[in-house]
Amino acid sequence: MVNPVAGLGGRVGLGGTDGQERRHRALALGARPLAGERAAAALRELRELRAGPGAGAGAGALGGAVAGPGGGRPGAEPEVVTAAGAMGADSVAAAGLTARVVYAPGAEDETSAEDTLAAVRAVVAEGVDLLLLAGGDGTARDVLTALGGAHCPVLGVPTGVKMHSAVFGVSPRAAGEVAAAWLARSGSVRLRDAEVMDRDEDELRAGRVASRLYGWLPVPDVPVRVQQRKTGSTAGAPEAVGGIAAEVAERVGDGLLALGPGSTTRAVAAALGADVSLTGVDVLALRPGRPAEVVLRDAGEDALLAAGPCWIALSPIGGQGFLLGRGNQQISPRVLRAAGGRERLLVVCTEQKLASLGGRPLLLDTGDEALDAELAGHLPVITGRRRTSLYRLTT
Amino acid sequence: MTAHHAPAPVSPEDARIAPKPRLRRFQQASWDEKLIFELGSPGERGVLVPAPDPSIAPVEIPPTLRRAAPPALPEMSQQQVLRHYLRLSQENLGADLNIDVGQGTCTMKYSPKVNDQFVRDPRIAALHPLQDEDTVQGVLGIIHSLELLLKEISGMDRVSLQPAAGSAAIYTNVAMIRAYFAARGELEQRDEVITTIFSHPSNAACAKTAGFKVITLHPDADGYPDIEALKAAVGPRTAALLITNPEDTGIYNPRIEEFVRIVHEAGGLCSYDQANANGILGITRAREAGFDLCHFNLHKTFSTPHACGGPAAGACAVREELAPYLPRPTVEFDGERYRLDDDRPESIGKMRPFYGVVPNLVRAYAWIMSLGAEGLRSAAETAVLNNNYLLHKVRQIPGVSVPYAQGRPRVEQVRYSWQKLHEDTGLHSEDIGLRAADFGTHYWTSHHPYLVPEPMTLEPTESYTRDDLDEYAAILAEIAREAYESPDTVRTAPHRSTIHRVRPETLDDPATWAVSWRAYRRKILGGAAR
Repeated sequence: MVNPVAGLGGRVGLGGTDGQERRHRALALGARPLAGERAAAALRELRELRAGPGAGAGAGALGGAVAGPGGGRPGAEPEVVTAAGAMGADSVAAAGLTARVVYAPGAEDETSAEDTLAAVRAVVAEGVDLLLLAGGDGTARDVLTALGGAHCPVLGVPTGVKMHSAVFGVSPRAAGEVAAAWLARSGSVRLRDAEVMDRDEDELRAGRVASRLYGWLPVPDVPVRVQQRKTGSTAGAPEAVGGIAAEVAERVGDGLLALGPGSTTRAVAAALGADVSLTGVDVLALRPGRPAEVVLRDAGEDALLAAGPCWIALSPIGGQGFLLGRGNQQISPRVLRAAGGRERLLVVCTEQKLASLGGRPLLLDTGDEALDAELAGHLPVITGRRRTSLYRLTT
Repeated sequence: MTAHHAPAPVSPEDARIAPKPRLRRFQQASWDEKLIFELGSPGERGVLVPAPDPSIAPVEIPPTLRRAAPPALPEMSQQQVLRHYLRLSQENLGADLNIDVGQGTCTMKYSPKVNDQFVRDPRIAALHPLQDEDTVQGVLGIIHSLELLLKEISGMDRVSLQPAAGSAAIYTNVAMIRAYFAARGELEQRDEVITTIFSHPSNAACAKTAGFKVITLHPDADGYPDIEALKAAVGPRTAALLITNPEDTGIYNPRIEEFVRIVHEAGGLCSYDQANANGILGITRAREAGFDLCHFNLHKTFSTPHACGGPAAGACAVREELAPYLPRPTVEFDGERYRLDDDRPESIGKMRPFYGVVPNLVRAYAWIMSLGAEGLRSAAETAVLNNNYLLHKVRQIPGVSVPYAQGRPRVEQVRYSWQKLHEDTGLHSEDIGLRAADFGTHYWTSHHPYLVPEPMTLEPTESYTRDDLDEYAAILAEIAREAYESPDTVRTAPHRSTIHRVRPETLDDPATWAVSWRAYRRKILGGAAR
């Protein structure tokens, strides 16, 4: 699914191209569409799969951008299910693959977000193995909306202007490489939940640059960073999360735990025996030796205050480092103060995620300067069982 | 002022820079070699082992310890065995074959061949660990002398050479810290160990294995371990600081004395991980920085090459207050005779049976004795000079950066980052390492978690000539050029190696790995396990 206008405003300094008016201005300023070319660059990485890349189980059959139904037949011609023209078919042809068109926009040179939603639904209805989206954060949000909770692995080809979301490859070719690996070895590659983020337009109107978390999409977690085995073994994410969960359970004991949104906190909840929402704030009742029980789902500020004294577990947004004030506004200054402030705040994060911040501090923006000042400084971050990292938290 | 067009004079410095060396041709040997268990035929013999001397009384092995059937060993001639292993050796990039400066943090230095002759001497090789003390005075003398040498190098009061490796030495030190606080009745109170994210993961792992909680410090804005975080971390619960210096990034913590002081003021002990001692030998000592315990890796720093999990040897050095807790037995000398002292009631116990890894101890002893004090310092200085020469060359390669502690020289290694090249081309550090194999050399990225994105860690040590370093830098420059101009060449590398890319997921999948012949038969060949 190619969003033909994604990234149009970048080179002419207009930023994102949300809305018809800005798109027309970008074109008038001489912007040249790039999304189609970049999508083709990613799709070219999939051509090798036609011959079958070797030993991988289920190698061979796939749809390029999107694998066809029943994908995985060895030796079959790859099948790409896509939308007409600039929304996909052109890029598929440019990459030398065969396209099956399942959606056509009404006006091809004036595609809209509605076209994106309809195209994604039409493509996913074919039962594809992977949905490749070429676009930016806005496109990723449209895909999130179109899927509406339906499970379909997704991968972004970056063609937008900013891309705060974690669903994109680092380059079109890298995205193609990951897609090829996923399609060739769909049995052994795991999926991870990656953040869909976008600039917060409300904040922007108020003169602040901030981004908001909209949800998660399942993205192939291809181990392209081959782990070199110097230390014998390093704990992978599941083990690390298990350790974090055990530590959280010990700290909370017999009590209530409010969990902020995030894939880490959700994994911690799963390790404690509870299934919580991805984007909301949920409250668990913890009892030593028993599975955790969800007592409040998707709680707002008032519900959290009414629930009584809670421990609060939060995880920073990967890559960005925001801990409070983005995507978890329900955990308001009033809620934090009622919980007991700093003493009741459990920050959870894997060591790799902390390291990937490159030394940049964790960020907070609660809107309450006195509280921010109280929380700022060095904060213990739970990284495993009986393991913490002291990490800087600033406003 | 008049303009003049004379060519810029060549400065003496420019004249010294060698021209880019021509890259050598390389093609790794590829033998369609079977596993040794698939070779040979029943009844074939290499050597006939002579019958034992009739004067030696036979030892009766209890029936419960006897095999029901003889082991299914391959039967083959000596020449077949020799050919088999020579072929396998040609399919490797061994330490004696390539410029292995890319195995950063492993200190792949030259191990003089004469040291191996000492180790092969029957007086060492044929030693039995259960021999009577009177018959092993020589090797006990070597161990005792090596302990004295390491005592001098570290400035500490007592040394134990029992731990089998760096991690075992770190664990030994943590166990002594635990015993020290237990003896003072403070163990329940002091249950936290502080380390840094730059320190070796073994420090955190050993502390946790010994029952401590671990607090990790992250870097400050300048890229040094955050001293404000240390101040926030210390307190009455602090048992110890375990810290590496210089770190694997090659950065020396300039506030190390302050770190030690802050921990001591809180009543904790300080243990110095000297796995990277190669650049500080004869220049700084753990004692002068105020540490209570330290360790060396005798492999790596003192002659034996790091062998990817192969034979290693650790050495623990402690202050007098901690000496009672050293592992037992200790080697004692009364001026005439060496003996093993097992009567040490406060000792943490045995770290391993008998004397430690004797071959590595002999190599370390020979290496130190052949260099002397001046030689040790010279080795350190040359390693630092080589490293900063390579740093100067590598940082000019497009796509490379040197994160943390900007503008500061490094000690004996550098952790570089290919993040820029990755953003430009989509290629990973591993891709570059795999392409390096096509030039007959290799490199290692770094251990996890990755502190710098797309890392590459180089450590040239004192063993490499300027030509070697020029060649290595030229290989990296060539690969970076390819990455920008024809990235597929790098992406699909290696092209001249015996084995193509290894699928990493099989290494993490217990259903597919095969560490023994029996496992290989069962999992890969599908045969019945015997």
